[in-house]
Amino acid sequence: MLRFLIRRISVIVPTFVAVTFLSFMLIHLVPGDPIETRSGERGIAPERLTELRHQFGFDQPLWRQFLHYEQQVASGDLGTSIVTQDSVWQEFLQLFPATVELSVCAILFAVLIGVPLGVIAAVRRGTAFDYGLMGVSVTGASMPIFWWGLMAILLFSVMLGWTPVSGRISDAMFVEPVTGFMLIDCWYSDDAGACRSAASHLVLPMIVLGTVPLAVVARMTRSAMLEVLNEDYIRTARAKGLSAPRVVVVHALRNALIPVVTVIGLQVGALLSGAILTETIFAWPGVGHWLVESVQRRDYPVVQGGVLLIASLVMLVNLGVDLTYGFLNPRIRR
Amino acid sequence: MSDTAIAAQTAARMPSGLRLFWRSFAENRGAVLGLSVMVVLLLLAVFADVVAPHSPIQQFRDHFLTPPMWQQGGTAAFPLGTDDVGRDVLARLIYGARLSLLIGISVVTLSLACGIVLGLTAAFAGGLVDTAIMRLMDIVLVFPSLLLAIVIVAILGPGLFNAMIAVAVVTLPSYTRLTRAAALSELARDYVTATRCAGAGRLHLMFNTVLPNCLAPLIVQATLGFATAILDAAALGFLGLGAQPPTPEWGTMLAGALQFYQRAWWVLAFPGLAILLTVLAFNLFGDGLRDALDPRLKQ
Repeated sequence: MLRFLIRRISVIVPTFVAVTFLSFMLIHLVPGDPIETRSGERGIAPERLTELRHQFGFDQPLWRQFLHYEQQVASGDLGTSIVTQDSVWQEFLQLFPATVELSVCAILFAVLIGVPLGVIAAVRRGTAFDYGLMGVSVTGASMPIFWWGLMAILLFSVMLGWTPVSGRISDAMFVEPVTGFMLIDCWYSDDAGACRSAASHLVLPMIVLGTVPLAVVARMTRSAMLEVLNEDYIRTARAKGLSAPRVVVVHALRNALIPVVTVIGLQVGALLSGAILTETIFAWPGVGHWLVESVQRRDYPVVQGGVLLIASLVMLVNLGVDLTYGFLNPRIRR
Repeated sequence: MSDTAIAAQTAARMPSGLRLFWRSFAENRGAVLGLSVMVVLLLLAVFADVVAPHSPIQQFRDHFLTPPMWQQGGTAAFPLGTDDVGRDVLARLIYGARLSLLIGISVVTLSLACGIVLGLTAAFAGGLVDTAIMRLMDIVLVFPSLLLAIVIVAILGPGLFNAMIAVAVVTLPSYTRLTRAAALSELARDYVTATRCAGAGRLHLMFNTVLPNCLAPLIVQATLGFATAILDAAALGFLGLGAQPPTPEWGTMLAGALQFYQRAWWVLAFPGLAILLTVLAFNLFGDGLRDALDPRLKQ
């Protein structure tokens, strides 16, 4: 296990350096001089430009700039936003809980609905329910979620008036940010109205972001269940006279869930892609929305820092998933 | 009866590969449906000039936000209504099909070609080259695909062409990995060794001997990649980073609808429906193709 751990982590380090290199190159590949971009429309005197270039180290050779950047990253300095003048790391920390809250709820939604549906479809293979679910599932997996989100707003918020259009909580409410997770903070503040408001703001984005994972989870559960239900030990369990629900849930589902958990682990990157779109549509104050805005405002230090942070995050999650498997299944450790 | 006659008779009874494939493919009704939608889309795209009732950029100054023909205030001249500057939604959708198919073909061709070359190189060269290529692909995979596409567009500048390049880069790793894996398993086979002993050059071995036997999974991936390409390019268009107005690209049309959709549902509903149907058709077709080409994967 220790060798497995060391090997996995030793792969992560070069990948991380390569990712920092990419995010470092970003600012150099973007058209226009970083200093001139920073000075905006007014332009800048040539002497001042040379001075600033020297001050920020842009007159140094590229490799030395890269080393300097690595040092900065290692000491936790990810630069400052051109627009707000705040530190990128601080901004990220402030917005990140919103993205986590939305993503976790979306995954829970997908799993809690997708797994039972997949199980039922597998047990009733070939019935109308099975065909119907598979049809809906392939449609869900093909869904352009930016459109799906807008249609949901149009139907549930504008026409039916059930849910608010955007944001995390009603403007009239204020909840002391303790954890940054709105639902938990509301729970903490013991304010039933705030809880309701936060939940009603969350439900639509959650469903929209959870749609594609839901479709994937339902499909995966169904096919994994079908495979497991054909195994000998299931026949044995049935022959022993166990009740059908016990065979399906206790014996089959437990083994069928292994590939399903893999798929969920692999969804993290896709989920963050989806979060970019969902947050943009619902004006959800998370990191996806923040990054899209920064690209549109040409706030390149934010794009650079944000991309690096998100890529590192995906790497860490992947590592975590890998290690969990190694722990659960010794055969993978090779 | 002579041997040749028996051989001929067996040949007549044996269905050809294509027919076998079609029989297996046609069993899957969803796949046939997907194929039909694809054919209709292709016809619409090719004959857009003939089929479309209006030009996609012509503005009818006295028809702003006209509802579809079946709603009150609608007119048969604009079956699916008009947008905020009086352009016919149906005409824009039909011309948009042309763009979407173009996006799909360009992205898949670019990505598939680069992926095949990189994957075969990795499989044949092995060692350091293999590690370098596959590590690079791993790095691309570390970024959420849409985020990486956004960053690439931020570097290259917004526009349809740059968006297509961005999506092609993002989808490259799947083709590279697939080609490498398939090529590695073929390389271990005797026929490859035989061809090598017969004196075949490395390029001949790569592209003429091994590649044709790796094609089945690549074709399936390319079909599914078509769907991804259209979806991602539309998402970039929606974020204002893909095709720029007044190009009738479906995602860009949705971005344009943002200010009006609460009053005029049709400017929102139809372009999105077009994206959904197209992506769905390619996904259904791809699934059917996989089942027909590789019966082992059939569930």
